Amino acid sequence: MESKGVFIFKNTLFYALVLLFLVALLMPFVWQFLTSIKPLTEIAAIPAKWFPSEINVDFYKNVFTKHPFARYLLNSFIVSLATTILSILVGASAAYALARLRFKGKTIMLMAILSISMFPTISTISPLYLILKNLNLLNTYAGLIIPYITFALPLSIWLLTNFFSQLPKGFEDAATIDGCSRAGIFFRIMLPLIKPATFSVALLVFINSWNEYIYALTFMTKDEMRTVPVGIALFPSNYELPWGDMAAASVVVTVPLILLVLIFQKNIISGLTSGGVKE
Amino acid sequence: MEGKLPTSPLKNTHRKISKTSLEKKEARDAWIMMSPAIIILLLIAVYPIIRTFWISLHEMVLTDPSSGYPFIGLENYVKIFNDQRAMDSIIFTLKFTVVTVFFELLLGFGAALLMNKAFIGRGFVRASILVPWAIPTTVSALMWKFIYNDQYGLFNDILTRFHVIDSYQAWLSSSSGSFMALVITDVWKTAPFIALLTLAGLQMIPKELYESAKIDGANKFQIFLNITLPLVKYTVIVALLFRTLDAFRVFELITVMTGGANRTESLSVYAYNNLMKFLDFGYGSAMSMLIFGVVFLISLIYMKALGSKLTDF
Repeated sequence: MESKGVFIFKNTLFYALVLLFLVALLMPFVWQFLTSIKPLTEIAAIPAKWFPSEINVDFYKNVFTKHPFARYLLNSFIVSLATTILSILVGASAAYALARLRFKGKTIMLMAILSISMFPTISTISPLYLILKNLNLLNTYAGLIIPYITFALPLSIWLLTNFFSQLPKGFEDAATIDGCSRAGIFFRIMLPLIKPATFSVALLVFINSWNEYIYALTFMTKDEMRTVPVGIALFPSNYELPWGDMAAASVVVTVPLILLVLIFQKNIISGLTSGGVKE
Repeated sequence: MEGKLPTSPLKNTHRKISKTSLEKKEARDAWIMMSPAIIILLLIAVYPIIRTFWISLHEMVLTDPSSGYPFIGLENYVKIFNDQRAMDSIIFTLKFTVVTVFFELLLGFGAALLMNKAFIGRGFVRASILVPWAIPTTVSALMWKFIYNDQYGLFNDILTRFHVIDSYQAWLSSSSGSFMALVITDVWKTAPFIALLTLAGLQMIPKELYESAKIDGANKFQIFLNITLPLVKYTVIVALLFRTLDAFRVFELITVMTGGANRTESLSVYAYNNLMKFLDFGYGSAMSMLIFGVVFLISLIYMKALGSKLTDF
């Protein structure tokens, strides 16, 4: 048995490590937030002034007046929501078949879907660009939702298959004996059972779509059609780096995401880990 | 089924027929239910990849339609290996992938071991881990770019306060400084993801295993080596797969932080420049097919390592 002194030392060391870890994790946000409320002169102070002498909200005003940032938020929201709904609607029926029904070629299907989820965006971008251009879909919401399905659908299928397969065996048999059709089993029994898991998948797909960059950069060339990540990345012009505006914009998008993560952390973690960890 | 002796040949035939017809119906239902997903994925993922490959076999510079976009076979691929800028981007991408994945694994695994202990505030730490993961890469790249700023960045400020450096450095204007800055930002953003996956794996190890090992007199190191490590191996391999693929495709982190300057152009960035800036679809497509090929190879290797564990539904 170790002595009390050693125990206290070990404990202190442990919490010091945890604290260091937390500081490293959260420091960039804290710094960005402090920057966003500093007066312009204090942003450029050397040595750096960590805490502002007065609170300045001009940068937050700039974000919405100098840039169409509200529009970026709306664009991101519409595209991400539509992608999420579509990929879950289509994905759930495929996932049910993969998880619960017997048919030949199941392993190949699962492997194919997994491989598609690993397709690099860059490898499909030029044909998609040409297709969308020919269909006059560049700078439209559909022109972004369609490409987003390429990563959202495989992810939805993969995760939902995992969740469906965890339901107890024998549900289908009992329902079939009661005279329920396949569609009836799917819509009336299986879908309601998997509702909480669907929510986890929806959160993951939504966040992924919200954060997507390459497709959004390429297919939305008009300023008012840009999404949040592209909008922020294009804040800097050739002549100036508006650090204050960028800091404020980062805070505006980061805070809702942090809240989302804190409120739904259990769903997000279960979604993330079911993709990677299985018993 | 095979072990049972048939009581009567007639009954047996009857059962066999009904079973196969049921199975057939089940298989038919399965294909019907999968068909919307299959059709969509064929149209917007598989067809574009084939099309990219086809474009890569042509000389197709969009600014020069008079050329008629002739078929040139593998010439675009040969060009990659005679193009110094392309070779530099390949070397940078490989270096970046190896270094970031190494540190992410090391720190992520360490953090997971730390969080696997019960302590006050563990829930808070676990939730905070999701924060870097959830933020768009472009936003975190901008935040870090400001931290590395040569005059009023936090990085210089802290390092001089602790007397690690004597004078402020322009981190993003040298090749080694940019590389380090990119690695730190990527590790910050994604090591937490590895930690989270590993933690989930650690928590699935039955407590009884540790207890019986302790009773048998195993020391901490032996327990780690013989119980913890083999049992989270699978989880770590999956995390490694995701991270390697992502690191190899690195794009927005670089476009936002360095723009590819100071020898930090990744293969994806150079391919994108060829496609969308120089409008050289043929050459850019060859390069993006190269990325696809490598990514495909990496995932095959990992899937082989994981074996049936991946699809045992």
